[in-house]
Amino acid sequence: MNTPSIKPVFIAFVTNDDTRNIVAAICEDNPQATVEEFPAMVKIESPGRLIVKRQSVSDLMGRDWDLQEIHLNLISLSGSINETEDEFELYWGKAA
Amino acid sequence: MSAVPKNTGNKKLGLKEKYGMMTRGLGWDTTYQAMDDVFPYDQFEGIKIHDWDKWEDPFRLTMDAYWKFQGEKEKKLYAIIDAFAQNNGQFNVTDARYINTLKLFLTGISPLEYAAHRGYAHLGRSFRGASARIATQMQAIDELRHAQTQVHTISHYNKFFNGLHDFRHMHDRVWYLSVPKSYFEDAQSAGPFEFITAISFSFEYVLTNLLFMPFMSGAAYNGDMATVTFGFSAQSDESRHMTLGLEVVKFMLEQDPGNKEIVQKWIDKWFWRGYRLLALVAMMMDYMLPKRVMSWQEAWETYFEKNGGALFEDLSRYGIRMPKYHEVASKEKNRLSHEVWATFYNYSHAAAFHTWVPEESELKWLSEKYPDTFDKHYRPRFEHWDALQKEGKRWSNPGLPMLCQLCQVPTIFTEPDDPTTTCLRETTYHGMKYHFCSDGCKDIFENEPEKYVQSWLPVHQIFQGNCGGEGLDNVMKYYNIVPGQDNGEYMGSQDQMNWEQWTGRNHKDAPAT
Repeated sequence: MNTPSIKPVFIAFVTNDDTRNIVAAICEDNPQATVEEFPAMVKIESPGRLIVKRQSVSDLMGRDWDLQEIHLNLISLSGSINETEDEFELYWGKAA
Repeated sequence: MSAVPKNTGNKKLGLKEKYGMMTRGLGWDTTYQAMDDVFPYDQFEGIKIHDWDKWEDPFRLTMDAYWKFQGEKEKKLYAIIDAFAQNNGQFNVTDARYINTLKLFLTGISPLEYAAHRGYAHLGRSFRGASARIATQMQAIDELRHAQTQVHTISHYNKFFNGLHDFRHMHDRVWYLSVPKSYFEDAQSAGPFEFITAISFSFEYVLTNLLFMPFMSGAAYNGDMATVTFGFSAQSDESRHMTLGLEVVKFMLEQDPGNKEIVQKWIDKWFWRGYRLLALVAMMMDYMLPKRVMSWQEAWETYFEKNGGALFEDLSRYGIRMPKYHEVASKEKNRLSHEVWATFYNYSHAAAFHTWVPEESELKWLSEKYPDTFDKHYRPRFEHWDALQKEGKRWSNPGLPMLCQLCQVPTIFTEPDDPTTTCLRETTYHGMKYHFCSDGCKDIFENEPEKYVQSWLPVHQIFQGNCGGEGLDNVMKYYNIVPGQDNGEYMGSQDQMNWEQWTGRNHKDAPAT
C-alpha cells in the first residue's frame, strides 16, 4: 500500500502542571499538531498520526517520566494505539 | 492455548514481555472440566474466535501498574473533594440552576456506572481469553470507583439542594430515568460480545466524548470543582475503556469473516440506542449549564461527524460502514436539545429537577448557535410560556405522553426532513400494536421483538396503577419526590430562594458564555 491516513487523531489532557510539559513535548515532536484549550482541558489534534516521546517529556519535566504516567491525566483520545516503554503513538490505518 | 512468553533473560522485562507474562502467562487450559463448560457464554452469540492470544490491550496495562496509578488518582480526587467541602465550594458555582445537571447526572448516569461494574465483572468471568478477562476485570473495578466517587462528590450538594436525596430509588421508578435504565439493562441481558460492543465500542468509543468532554469542561466553566474532578478522574479510565472498545471490534473482525455481519448489526443497534440516550445530554449542554462551553450541534460535529467519521473510515477496511441512521442524527442536531428541554418544561411537575424558560441572554446564545432553527421554531414557544408565567399561569402538561417502546423517550422527536411534524412509527407483533419515535427504534424492535415486548414502560405502568396508585400525588409519593420542592418551576423554588439568600447572587448574574 498505501497513502497514510490524514484523518485527525486527538489526545486530551486535564490542564495542570504535569500536562503543561507533556503538551509542550508533543508540540515539539509533532509540528503538524494543533492545540485547543477548553476550561480545565487541553486537546491536541493531528492529521493521521501523533507521537508522545518519553525522553522529550522527561527532558522538559527535569525528571524520569514513566510513559504509563500518561494515564493519570488523560481525558480522551481517538485513533489506534501503539505503546512501548519509550513511545506512545496514535494513528489511523494499519500498524507500522 | 496459553502461549507463555519467553523470558529473554534481561533483568527488567520490557512492556510487551511483562504484559504477556502478566496476562496470557497466567492463564491455563482446564483439564478435568471442558473449557466449553467452564466458559459457557462466549459462543452462543455466533461470534467465532480462533485464537484468543491475538487479543492485546494496546496500553499493555498490567494489574501491578493498574493499582499504582488508580491509587494515585484516588488520592488526588479525594483531596480535592475534601477541600471542596471544607471551603463551601457549592457556593462557587455560577447559579443554583446548574445543580439540576447534577440531579440528572446522579439519578440517570451514576447508577449506570454501577450497572457497568456488574456487566464488566460478568465479562471478566465469561471470556476464555486471559487478556480479555484481565482488561474487563480492570474495567469492572473502574466502574465501581466511578459510581462511588460520583455519589461521594454529589452527596455534599445534597446537604444544600433539593432533589438529590434518593437517587437509587428514583432510578428504578421515575419515568424518564427508564431511558438510561432500560438502555443498560438491554446491554446487560445480551451476551458478552454484544455487551462489550454496546458499551465499550458504541457508547464509550463512539459517543462518550459527547457526554464527558463538554459536560465536565462545562462543570469547570460553571465553577464546580468537585464535579470536574470526579469527571476527569473517571475519564482518565475512560480512555482505556475506549481503547478496549476499538480493540475488541477489530479483534472480532480479524478473527473470522463471519463475525462482520453480527458486529455491524450491533454497531447499528447500539449507536442508535446510545444516541437516543444522549438526548438528555444535548438538553444539559444547551439549556442547563448557565455558562456554556459549546452547543450540542458543535459537539456532534466535532466528536461524531469529524472524529467518528475518521474512526469509521479506518474500520472500512474490515467492511464496516457508518452506523445506520447516523444521517438522521445529523439532521436532528439543530433541534434535538430544544425538543427535549421543551418536553421537560411540560412535565417538570413530575420530574426530579427544576426547569425554566431561558434568560434573554441565553435565548440570544441559542439564536446565535442555531441560526436556522431556533428563532423560527423554538423561540416563539419559550416567549409564549414566559408570557403565561408572568400572568401567573406557568404552563404544565396534565396529560401523560406516549413513550417509544424501544428507547422509552416520549415520542417527541420530529420527522428527519420536517422539524414541524412529529415522527411516529408503529408495528404489529402477535396482534398487538407497538409505537416508536423513529425508524431506528422500530428496526431494533423488529429484530428482537421477543425482548422488547417485555419493556416496563412508565406511562403504561402509571395507567395500570402500578406506580403508587391513581393520580399524580400518589405517583410522586411512589417516586419519593415532593411536588414543587424537588421539581417544577425553578423561579420561586426553595432552591432559588435559598441560593439568593446564601450567596446574594441570582440567575441573571450568570452570563450565557
